[in-house]
Amino acid sequence: MELMEYQGLVLAYFLILTAIFVSMHQKAGLEKQLFYGSIRAFVQLMVMGYLLLFIFNLKEFHYLILTLLIMAVVSGQMSAKRGEGVPDAFRIATGGIIIGSSVSLGILVAFGIIETEPRFIIPLGGMIVGNSMYASSLSLNRISSELKARRMEIEVALSLGATSRQAADRSLRETVKSAMIPSIDSMRTVGLIHLPGMMSGLLLAGASPIEAVKFQLIVVYMLTSAVSITCMCVSLFAYRKFFTKNHQLVFISSPDLSNRKGRMSKSQK
Amino acid sequence: MDEKIIIENVCQEKGVKILDNISAKVYDGEIFSIFGPSGSGKTTLLRLINRLDEKTSGHIYLDGVDIDEMDVITLRRRVGMVFQLPALLPGKVYQNILFGPGLFDRSKRDDTALALRYLKLVGLDEELLDRDGETLSVGQQQRVSIARALANEPGVILMDEPTSALDLTATLKIEELIKRLNRELKVTIVIVTHNIEQAVRVSDRSMLIVRGRKIEEGKTKDMLKNPKEELTEEFISGHLEEVR
Repeated sequence: MELMEYQGLVLAYFLILTAIFVSMHQKAGLEKQLFYGSIRAFVQLMVMGYLLLFIFNLKEFHYLILTLLIMAVVSGQMSAKRGEGVPDAFRIATGGIIIGSSVSLGILVAFGIIETEPRFIIPLGGMIVGNSMYASSLSLNRISSELKARRMEIEVALSLGATSRQAADRSLRETVKSAMIPSIDSMRTVGLIHLPGMMSGLLLAGASPIEAVKFQLIVVYMLTSAVSITCMCVSLFAYRKFFTKNHQLVFISSPDLSNRKGRMSKSQK
Repeated sequence: MDEKIIIENVCQEKGVKILDNISAKVYDGEIFSIFGPSGSGKTTLLRLINRLDEKTSGHIYLDGVDIDEMDVITLRRRVGMVFQLPALLPGKVYQNILFGPGLFDRSKRDDTALALRYLKLVGLDEELLDRDGETLSVGQQQRVSIARALANEPGVILMDEPTSALDLTATLKIEELIKRLNRELKVTIVIVTHNIEQAVRVSDRSMLIVRGRKIEEGKTKDMLKNPKEELTEEFISGHLEEVR
């Protein structure tokens, strides 16, 4: 099905020209940015389109898995940047994203809700990985600030015979809560405040509204599941990095954290 | 008297030397103070005894057993700790007191009778039991934190400058409480203080630490009257002047 000819695309570029006209008329000085922005969007999306075309043609299942893994690793890297101060942030984030994504995508596939075709797996996988990345970043960021802020409380608990896990309990709870709130909120407002892009896309492509809604619901549930599993895994992996096996709280500033040492000496060079 | 804690050639280093070859003995049932100027490593030494921190070398024995051979959770239940600030956990007073016992026996989490016993032991009113910890005065909070440490029935309590956040009246009252608990419960107390007068008021024996090194150990009153070391004399006179 050919939805659009390139001819249409070129004509649509007149829309950008109207924006450039507005900018000139209002002396906003955004003409350059608008022009480059529109070209950039064109190039990026075309590249993405051909990439997807290539991936969709790889019918083999293991290529699909490989593609998803690459997405997870790249987003793990992005997320780790948010977790500065958490030792091993990259591995923690990537691990959490992979677990969260594969469980929720796995359930969808295992129950036969979606087929293992690239045209389902890749876009849904991308959404899952992206949302998991967001959850992982929030969790990494929050867990280290929670542990730092509750340092006294944690040491009191340890001194009373709590394990690291028990002492970090409240920090973990707060972390998971704060990382999940955005997806709960978006679940509550979906359809009220915004029509999700995917649903709009289905409607444009000619699906009936009920079909589109059903699919959107699957996506919302899937993302909520992925987000919750990811933030649970990430915070459970991350908090351990702040404790020794003898249930001692170690601080990030402490020079005996080997990781930190390596990073410090690198930056000093 | 039996030795409750033996500290043997303990060193700690974190980039810099914090404790340098400290040895000392704390006898069963006594109040032992570790005093010295701030930054001398007193708190670090205290934290090594319940293994909130790890020493670099040396040994610490509790009732004759090397603490490195013990399960760290068991160790901490036997050696309670009171921190400089009360640091009450979020929640009610009774929940604070029952935190330790509740970790090992869920049924004790709401055992208000047990909580009340410890609340009374530290001289607080029954009506505080159900109050939010934050609504108490700092002095009352510190008493709750002492009750919380006692509720695990430890043989030793470590106290890290427990009165530094308090005014003089509250300080003297807490000191009385410390002495009474030591007498009534026969609990061994190790108290860290930078205030030599407090050391004299509460402790039987003391150790002076300066810049991570032990200067002198002995009966607190003897150390004050007849210091054996020049540094002890210096610290005592300097400190006394500072106070005046």
